[in-house]
Amino acid sequence: MVTSITSFGRSGLYDWMMQRVTAVVLMAYTLFMIGYLLFSSDLSYASWSSLFQNTAMRIFTLLAILSLVAHAWIGLWSVSTDYIKKTSIRFAFQSVCGLLAFIYVVWGIQILWGV
Amino acid sequence: MLVSVYRYNPETDDAPYMQDIHIDIPGGKDIMVLDLLQLLKEKDPSMTFRRSCREGVCGSDGMNMNGKNGLACITALSQVVEKDKLVLRPLPGLPVIRDLVVDMTQFYKQYEKVKPFLINDTPPPAIERLQTPEDRAELDGLYECILCACCSTACPSFWWNPDKFIGPSGLLQAYRFLADTRDTARDERLSELDDPFSVFRCHGIMNCVNVCPKGLNPTKAIGKIRNMLLQRAT
Repeated sequence: MVTSITSFGRSGLYDWMMQRVTAVVLMAYTLFMIGYLLFSSDLSYASWSSLFQNTAMRIFTLLAILSLVAHAWIGLWSVSTDYIKKTSIRFAFQSVCGLLAFIYVVWGIQILWGV
Repeated sequence: MLVSVYRYNPETDDAPYMQDIHIDIPGGKDIMVLDLLQLLKEKDPSMTFRRSCREGVCGSDGMNMNGKNGLACITALSQVVEKDKLVLRPLPGLPVIRDLVVDMTQFYKQYEKVKPFLINDTPPPAIERLQTPEDRAELDGLYECILCACCSTACPSFWWNPDKFIGPSGLLQAYRFLADTRDTARDERLSELDDPFSVFRCHGIMNCVNVCPKGLNPTKAIGKIRNMLLQRAT
């Protein structure tokens, strides 16, 4: 067994399943957004703002943000372990990815609840 | 026709190079790539390659022919030659020992990891462990692998992580024993594979299926291992 302490869930199976579950959430969110933008009769600041004041929409969006972060981490971790052979550079890259992911989550929550 | 062959002799060459050789095929016949190599060796006895059975059973002469891995002995010139030119290179991703001969150590190490033998801790019966024809049929498409390494050396995931990712060939063998009803070590075998690299580095690129000279499907076997892991964990 190959061990790794930097992968998302330590287990290959867990990472693989999370990648698929988060992909489904992101697809649902994307389809919803496309549908809303295409079929909404009134696309104004007021309607957009009221959409995001809805608690269900906030939960859905937060779920999408968390899914995006988990999905990106698993994907970029795979890319970095494939292509970056030097441990120090790989660890630095992964650290930057992790920091960015954290910033985006906090920033996203701030935007979402600041509407 | 023009044959461009990868040449490298570590004792005399600083770096590998491609040697262009013009050769006329006797009688204009459609011969196998291995026959062509034999003709080249008659011209230049230093040309080095592995070969043994010359009928696609031993798996010795796996090489890269015009960009695609395959066995030289069962690949006809008409199948690979384009615009009267053939480029022969060793299997990609493994260290080259000389010319078309690669060092297969890494490949065999991964094979060894999957414990490619039957494990059964129950007392052996007097004659043999029997299987139903249906159970035996589960092994079809798995046991035929000849370990030529064409698949694993065509796999980008194996190129990047040959020490961690078992590779299509090893995983096909892993599934061959996971699917065997006579084997009692299924749980231990699965535990060994449940990490982010051994199985899950497979991204379904399917180069392995594309090149397998025996027409096997490692991607499908890997999918079945994944399902086994999933079923065991949920």
